[in-house]
Amino acid sequence: MSEFISLVVNGILIGGVYALVGLAIVVIYKSSSVFNFAVGDFVMWGGFVMWTFLVAFDLPIWASILFAVVVMAIIGLLTNRLLISPMAGQPLLAVVLLTLGLSYLLKGVHSAAWGPTWKAFPPLLPSGKLTLGSISFSADYMWCFIIAMVAFGIFSYLFQRTRMGLAMRATAEDHQLARSTGISVKTIFSATWILAALLCLVAGVLLGSVNNLGPQLADIGLKGFPVVLFGGLESVVGCIVGGIVVGVLENLGAAYLNPLVGGGIEEVVPFVVMLLVLMFKPYGLFGLKRIERL
Amino acid sequence: MDRPCGVLCNSYAKDMAIVSTRLQWGLLVGGLILLFCSPLFINLQLLSIINLMAITLIAIQGLNILTGYTGQISLGQAAFMAVGGYTSSILATRFGLSFWVTLPCGALSAGLVGVLFGLPSLRVKGFYLAMSTLAAQFIIYWVLMHTPQLGAGPDAVQVSAPELGGLKLTSQQNMFYVIMPLAVLATFLTKNLVRTRVGRAFIATRDNDLAAEVMGINVFSYKLLAFFICSLFAGAAGALYGAWARALRPDYFTLMQSIMYLGMLVVGGIGSTAGAVFGTIFMVGLDQLVTALAPALISIAPQLGLGVTASISKIVFGLVMVLFLRFEPRGLAHRWELFKASYRLWPFAY
Repeated sequence: MSEFISLVVNGILIGGVYALVGLAIVVIYKSSSVFNFAVGDFVMWGGFVMWTFLVAFDLPIWASILFAVVVMAIIGLLTNRLLISPMAGQPLLAVVLLTLGLSYLLKGVHSAAWGPTWKAFPPLLPSGKLTLGSISFSADYMWCFIIAMVAFGIFSYLFQRTRMGLAMRATAEDHQLARSTGISVKTIFSATWILAALLCLVAGVLLGSVNNLGPQLADIGLKGFPVVLFGGLESVVGCIVGGIVVGVLENLGAAYLNPLVGGGIEEVVPFVVMLLVLMFKPYGLFGLKRIERL
Repeated sequence: MDRPCGVLCNSYAKDMAIVSTRLQWGLLVGGLILLFCSPLFINLQLLSIINLMAITLIAIQGLNILTGYTGQISLGQAAFMAVGGYTSSILATRFGLSFWVTLPCGALSAGLVGVLFGLPSLRVKGFYLAMSTLAAQFIIYWVLMHTPQLGAGPDAVQVSAPELGGLKLTSQQNMFYVIMPLAVLATFLTKNLVRTRVGRAFIATRDNDLAAEVMGINVFSYKLLAFFICSLFAGAAGALYGAWARALRPDYFTLMQSIMYLGMLVVGGIGSTAGAVFGTIFMVGLDQLVTALAPALISIAPQLGLGVTASISKIVFGLVMVLFLRFEPRGLAHRWELFKASYRLWPFAY
């Protein structure tokens, strides 16, 4: 029993990071109804940009964070300005295909710049095992969760309490109305892309430091999609719930099903969950029900 | 459809004909004869590239029916190809069936798996459905990697060559005559399918699914049918790929490959049969070109290292896809139409 609870706790902790990736998808989807299929590559880039400053350039941690934030913000901004914005008026299919092309491009530049090998972060987070009664969990997972939740908190504050966040929410409701109240929708789109890139940076660094940093991070980043579908595409709260559920199921699957099927089930559990969600509760827990009128 | 001056369509059949003038008939027949004689005079390396293009074309035409005509993105085309390829190879090795039986079986099994993953289209649509195919891609790839009982696994599976009347079809020339007729057939079927009742229902579903439903089109069953046909083509392509390459590896059927197929469609022109052909030739050709040029590049700049081939082809491919979507979203097919229109009027401006 205590093993079960430890698994659940560890799942919840890693789920916090998945929630961040989910949030990066939701932010963009809410404002411009674009699915960003390159989100996994943003996560991978986030991890590698941070690694470059921290390990390859050997900068102190505060400077690396600063530089990594700047670089990722620029990448997010350029993506929007050069690729997504000019596609206004094109069918959504084209924009989504564009993000797929971008994902290819980012993968290519990544492997040219960093190569296919795995990198390791210096220990950023305290490692070791923590025990609480009979439940044990790793300390770095706990720190991951805490950092993820802090990032989530900062995002919620920006989104709910600032003028910028108000403008974002207005844009998410209705582009035309937002524009008529003097909000620059173009700026808001850029802001959401920057925000999404920064969320991916945090997620990439956290995922890169608990596991290792490698090209597979792009596929791990794609687990953001099961997360948002579970929680509902329009919902910020849904991200946390979805992230935690995906994290827990993945952990339980790895512990109880892997002996039966011979390993690696954690890669596929989130997607099985996603398929079931699509079949039985397609708009997720907190998503808006689509009401269709002619 | 524009016709040259003086060609009058005085019956419905004439108006609908794909090939309407004598010149077009001549070009078509001449082109087909040239195509099927080509193994006699082109070298082996080029022939193997043409074979690969033809196999890819079958998968792309399937994807074209689903994405181009029915408007549903599939991120799992490579996985459905894998289903076809592995089914065909397992049937051949375990049950000793001949390739001519395993090919349709592989295609059919891929089609059924495609329907399975198309089932969520009962409840959801648009990009939710793309998620279901993304799940298909990951799940099928995982199954391939982790079920040695199926003869799968990360290592290559050997596939025996198809036989015809006691003759083992091992050479590129022999395989050309297996693959190319099927590729031509797939293109012909796609071109005609979209002109039938079913194809019009697909197009209506793509353009406005609500309106289509109100017109009495059963959107769900047509979407499933599109999924079935798409994966059927993919399965056939996978079975052919196995027989052609004589080996199957899960690494050939990744998400990247699925995205690449979508990219081929984009470059050629989504929703155009000719576009699928252009896109396939262009992208497979480009890929081969990069692979051929990479050693030269490494010899010029050795500090880039050996992994550079893979990265360059990814960069080139991503860039081409992005630039096409950005500047010519209607793809090469649109350029081809423009060329035909100006050629028809030449030497006059209008």
